[in-house]
Amino acid sequence: MLARATPTTIAVRVRGLSDRAIAWLFITPTIALLLAINIFPLIWAVYLSFTNFRANRPNAEVEGVGLRNYQRVLNDPDIWIAMQTTAHFVFWTILLQTVIGFALAYLIDRKFRGHAFWTTVILIPMMLSPAVVGNFWRFLYQPQIGLFNYIVSFFTGIPPSSFEMLGSVTLAPWAIIIVDTWMWAPYVMLICLAGLRSIPDYIYEAAEVDRASAWRQFWSITVPMALPFIMLAVLFRGIENFKMFDMVMLLTGGGPGSTTEVASITLKREAFESWLTGRSSAFAIILFVAVFGLANIYVKALNKVKQR
Amino acid sequence: MSSVKTTAHSVVEPTPTVKRIAGAIVILYALVTMIPLAWIFLTSIKSPPDSISYPPKIVFTPTLEGFCNLFTTRTRQTPDYIQALPAPSSTCDEITRSRNMVIAGPSNYWPRFGNSLLIAFGSTFLAVSLGTLAAYGFSRFRVPLADDLLFFILSTRMMPPIAVAIPIYLMYRQFGLSDTALGMILLYTAVNVSLAVWLLKGFIDEIPREYEEAAMIDGYTRLQAFWKVVLPQATTGIAATAIFCLIFAWNEYAFAVLLTSGSAQTAPPFIPTIIGEGGQDWPAVAAGTTIFLVPILVFTIILRKQLLRGITFGAVRK
Repeated sequence: MLARATPTTIAVRVRGLSDRAIAWLFITPTIALLLAINIFPLIWAVYLSFTNFRANRPNAEVEGVGLRNYQRVLNDPDIWIAMQTTAHFVFWTILLQTVIGFALAYLIDRKFRGHAFWTTVILIPMMLSPAVVGNFWRFLYQPQIGLFNYIVSFFTGIPPSSFEMLGSVTLAPWAIIIVDTWMWAPYVMLICLAGLRSIPDYIYEAAEVDRASAWRQFWSITVPMALPFIMLAVLFRGIENFKMFDMVMLLTGGGPGSTTEVASITLKREAFESWLTGRSSAFAIILFVAVFGLANIYVKALNKVKQR
Repeated sequence: MSSVKTTAHSVVEPTPTVKRIAGAIVILYALVTMIPLAWIFLTSIKSPPDSISYPPKIVFTPTLEGFCNLFTTRTRQTPDYIQALPAPSSTCDEITRSRNMVIAGPSNYWPRFGNSLLIAFGSTFLAVSLGTLAAYGFSRFRVPLADDLLFFILSTRMMPPIAVAIPIYLMYRQFGLSDTALGMILLYTAVNVSLAVWLLKGFIDEIPREYEEAAMIDGYTRLQAFWKVVLPQATTGIAATAIFCLIFAWNEYAFAVLLTSGSAQTAPPFIPTIIGEGGQDWPAVAAGTTIFLVPILVFTIILRKQLLRGITFGAVRK
């Protein structure tokens, strides 16, 4: 009461630094760090994308090449294939993670005995390092000795050495999708759980009074009310999987051939193996603009769903 | 009678049968999920031949060979040479000799693990400190273009790490920061601070302003009020944020593999390079992986409440 009635007097009486000075003092270090380590490199990348600079020849003369790098990237069929591969991964990982994550959240929301403990157990994979775990999954996927092939053949009767998860053109993408889903379905589960917990009980009680079937309640209450949360999980996972790098690098390195070569792997190859710094910068900028644009469109759709 | 009791708490309470079925499915999923992790641990205490036998061995004689191989480098010697050596001084020595090898020296695992600790904790401390200050600034004061600045801070996370890695690589080479712990700490701080600001702003927004105002009426300055009133209130939020930053910095691979090569290398790029004779030494890799995962497992279990809050929190906020 008193505090709300006397803000101006406080401002006058306060000793020490002014609020304005404190605001700047508190915010500036973060902004400075971000400018130095995020924004400055980003601007540099934009500049590099208009040049023929190569990082392995720092003393060669740098020439401006206009939009040629962008033209080359957009006309390169390999890069379009990498984009398709990425889209393929993003689509399947999100689909599987959303279905599994939502189903788990729905079941955990039944609050059976010990649900808190088992939720923690399920969360463990997402806390681990994708690279370190990806490296070990490479072992699990070995056709002659791996546990994965043994278990699959145990249940299906297919001889374990007849399918190579990481060496086969058709199976290698699925090897990555399985590991990614194993790691990140729990993440979707958590966000969906937050969504399910936010639905007030009285809505179900009202539906119960109206004698709505369980099926009906699920489709007309649970799913629509949890939808903004599901969409949010899809957004987060979408952005992350668009950037997917470490797990693919350790599992397949982009192979066999280039069947699992996602955009980040192509980028790494162009930038740090072929040393086409200018061209890879152009590719990086295109990727960034694409993610940024898609994310923005998606957020608009999300806001519409939220308002309903 | 009993039906009256159940409606007393809620008609939507699931029946015991539903609960049991839900529980069974979730537990089954959790157990399947744990198989790869259990396998990592089992492999770490197998001998190399046991680790690659088929069908996979579940019953075997445990050995410390994987851990010995992880921590040492070894050279092959003739049986005569080994016979002539004095008696083995440790278990590892004994195991190594039984494979016709001698220990040549320590491996790089502990230094790499140490780098991981230094870089993860250093960057977490910096990111959380800077993030707390900035979040307080954004939460309590009218900052020009605050919304734009906040969105800008967040958008720095949409860039694939490899994309920013090119100019950072050039910049670090220029300033002598490549392959240094300081360079990695600064880099991870910058990546984490955007998340820290967003999470912490949410937590600080929830602390009523009246607390500080009351403290200031009592004669505290704004800084004292921040230090003595706001910070203690924000502890849970700070802890949750710190765990997220720590997990990211501990697990990061892309920047680490591109920007470090030797002295500042962390464990994630190092573990996959552990090789024995004729390919990857899986028990040693598994041992390295197990040790690397333990801190995060312990964190997850001890701090699961804050963790749940932190993750859902980030999701619930706009």
